[in-house]
Amino acid sequence: MNEAPSAPLVRVRGLKMHFPVHAGLLRRHVGDIKAVDDISLDVNESETLGLVGESGCGKSTAGRAVLRLYDITDGSITIDGTDISNIDQDKLRHLRPKMQMIFQDPQASLNPRMTVAGIVGEPLVEHMSLSKNERLDRIYELMDAVGLARSFANRYPHEFSGGQRQRIGIARALALHPKFIVCDEPIAALDVSIQAQVVNLLEDLQERFGLTYLFISHDLSMVRHIADRVAVMYLGKIVELAPRDELYATPLHPYTQALLSAVPEPDPVRESQRKHIILTGDVPSPANAPVGCNFCTRCPKAEDICRQIDPEFREVAPGHFTACHFVTDTTRKTAGSTAGNEANT
Amino acid sequence: MSEAGAAVLEVKDLKTVFETGLGAVHAVNSVSFDLMPGELLGVVGESGSGKSVTMMSLIGLLGSTSAIVDGAHVNFDGKDLLKVSEDELRAVRGAGIGFVFQDPMTSLNPVFTVGFQLMEPLRNHMGLSKSAARMRAAELLDLVGIADATRRLSDYPHQFSGGMRQRVMIAMALACDPKVLIADEPTTALDVTIQAQILELMKELRNKIGMAIIWITHDLGVIAGIADRVMVMYGGQIVEQAPVNELFQNPQHPYTRALLKTVPNIRGGRAERLRVIEGQPPIMFSSPRQCTYHTRCTHAFERCLKFDPDRLKIGEGHDVACFWDPVTGEPRDE
Ligand SMILES: Nc1ncnc2c1ncn2[C@@H]1O[C@H](COP(=O)(O)OP(=O)(O)OP(=O)(O)O)[C@@H](O)[C@H]1O
Ligand SMILES: Nc1ncnc2c1ncn2[C@@H]1O[C@H](COP(=O)(O)OP(=O)(O)OP(=O)(O)O)[C@@H](O)[C@H]1O
Ligand code: SF4
Ligand SMILES: [Mg+2]
Ligand SMILES: [Mg+2]
Repeated sequence: MNEAPSAPLVRVRGLKMHFPVHAGLLRRHVGDIKAVDDISLDVNESETLGLVGESGCGKSTAGRAVLRLYDITDGSITIDGTDISNIDQDKLRHLRPKMQMIFQDPQASLNPRMTVAGIVGEPLVEHMSLSKNERLDRIYELMDAVGLARSFANRYPHEFSGGQRQRIGIARALALHPKFIVCDEPIAALDVSIQAQVVNLLEDLQERFGLTYLFISHDLSMVRHIADRVAVMYLGKIVELAPRDELYATPLHPYTQALLSAVPEPDPVRESQRKHIILTGDVPSPANAPVGCNFCTRCPKAEDICRQIDPEFREVAPGHFTACHFVTDTTRKTAGSTAGNEANT
Repeated sequence: MSEAGAAVLEVKDLKTVFETGLGAVHAVNSVSFDLMPGELLGVVGESGSGKSVTMMSLIGLLGSTSAIVDGAHVNFDGKDLLKVSEDELRAVRGAGIGFVFQDPMTSLNPVFTVGFQLMEPLRNHMGLSKSAARMRAAELLDLVGIADATRRLSDYPHQFSGGMRQRVMIAMALACDPKVLIADEPTTALDVTIQAQILELMKELRNKIGMAIIWITHDLGVIAGIADRVMVMYGGQIVEQAPVNELFQNPQHPYTRALLKTVPNIRGGRAERLRVIEGQPPIMFSSPRQCTYHTRCTHAFERCLKFDPDRLKIGEGHDVACFWDPVTGEPRDE
């Protein structure tokens, strides 16, 4: 593999995260849910990599695994030059300030017995030595940044609306000036104006501090706005990865094509005239993925080969990767890899 | 949607106040609306504008909190839900009105399997046997697009993805064929293909069993595709209400107009920066005495600071609470 001009901040190779399935009275191990099954990707410094795909395809699991919130099943993860694939939680703790996560489920990730100031200030207490006043200043600064009124500082999470709670989680993730943030559906619970505020905020912070984001979302319009490159996941695997404009203009994988065609239009007249590619067929379970291409049970273009051979994830145009038998390769064989098409190295 | 005929749900002058350490928070301020059988009513509005609290108030879901709920009436199925006993309310929530919570983890119990939680209402409210309830539960999971449904009944909530938990919630709310389904941001965690599938399912249920639906969402694309009528909330009030096409083509309230401009589009050009509505939403320490939007409104004039505008009918099924007339660009006549 050719050396990229600058090493990516995050480098993931052959990542697998399987959850065991137990059954019967004796809870015997009968199989695995392959939530993330062999994904490779790079996130370059100061870029936003969008990660999209249908519900249950493994986006959150991938995001959590990359930050080592799980003990991974297989593969390697390097962040800012440190291989964190197998290091223990104690060593990880020292690296935590650098890498943060904004969680999908704000309710589940906020301690109900702590006030907002307590929640946002907790990482400051744990990792920085600030005076009480300095800490409060920083807490206020963070609350301003995410658009929460300072007078809310002593309220508890249940006293907030869904969108307000999500912003508490964002303020907390920003507290320690992280370099890399996994944003798991950070704006799904917000109204469009506040979504725009938060996205603008994330972009400002990126510009000011050179932040790097893995931005998980099912909102394709928002991803188009914020991401530099986009990875599309389906059933535990990445099926397409490309620069943003290219992905939206010329999606190559049949799943990406279906996904883009299904985005509703915010206009009832245009909406009623829109053509969807409707996917039919069984949605397979990650505990029992089909033989061949993972998408073959629903793919409108599937042929026999798809039900037999798992297509390779390969670069088909510069920087444009996909895993489909029917996409023709337009790159020269010497093209450099920036997204990591070689698994398990 | 039947024009004439009685509403299934009739809400009049609903008010909710929270007692907090900082004083009273007026989260819902005289909200009134009707829901017709088989109608799909979309609810949009700023985060914190009172959408969830309105819906939770009207079926007594704020029970243990510091909330004071008051109002003229909430009529459903011949009862005033503001006056009935807690037991009767529980029965209504079990079978008459299905509710999908915004935050799935608040209403899924982490220590019970999903199957158990789905089967419980089927056994209690529909009187199904254990094996019948189990079959119906699997059928419901399948209906909301969860693969391998029978096996997944024995999984716990944490073993489901965010969007799957949302779909479990939808399945639970649909379990007893309710007359009214209130869905609070039910598809925020769902990708477009599964969302489309859920929306189809909703339309089908409404046609088949005449279920009326209240759909709270931030996604104007979803509203455009599914709603018959839309209510816009701001500062704990309904500031505009209109049939869906009318709302998109002829928005009247300055908040609605601003909201429609903030949506990023997937097909047009890509803006460098997203538009926002400048300013902060109000903190409602008292019931409104002025227009709650005036601090952010580009059209505000003296009247807006002196009075709280009433809802004014301006067309068929279309009303707006604003003193300014976007057609003339002038204040409305007093
Ligand atoms: N238990 C509570 N105590 C005090 N205030 C509360 C409580 N619950 C909600 N509120 C306040 O009431 C207001 C309305 O909240 P609500 O949850 O209805 O908003 P929403 O419109 O559903 O917003 P979102 O779109 O973010 O979910 C908010 O300002 C919120 O902070
Ligand atoms: N702790 C766990 N135990 C068993 N299975 C799990 C666990 N966590 C996730 N899974 C399964 O792994 C798969 C992927 O889940 P994940 O949460 O990563 O999906 P997602 O892409 O984030 O979906 P969504 O968009 O709905 O949030 C799902 O089938 C889920 O049920
Ligand atoms: S009443 Fe006045 S302040 Fe309120 S929205 Fe209308 S013009 Fe703006
Ligand atoms: Mg997720
Ligand atoms: Mg809400």
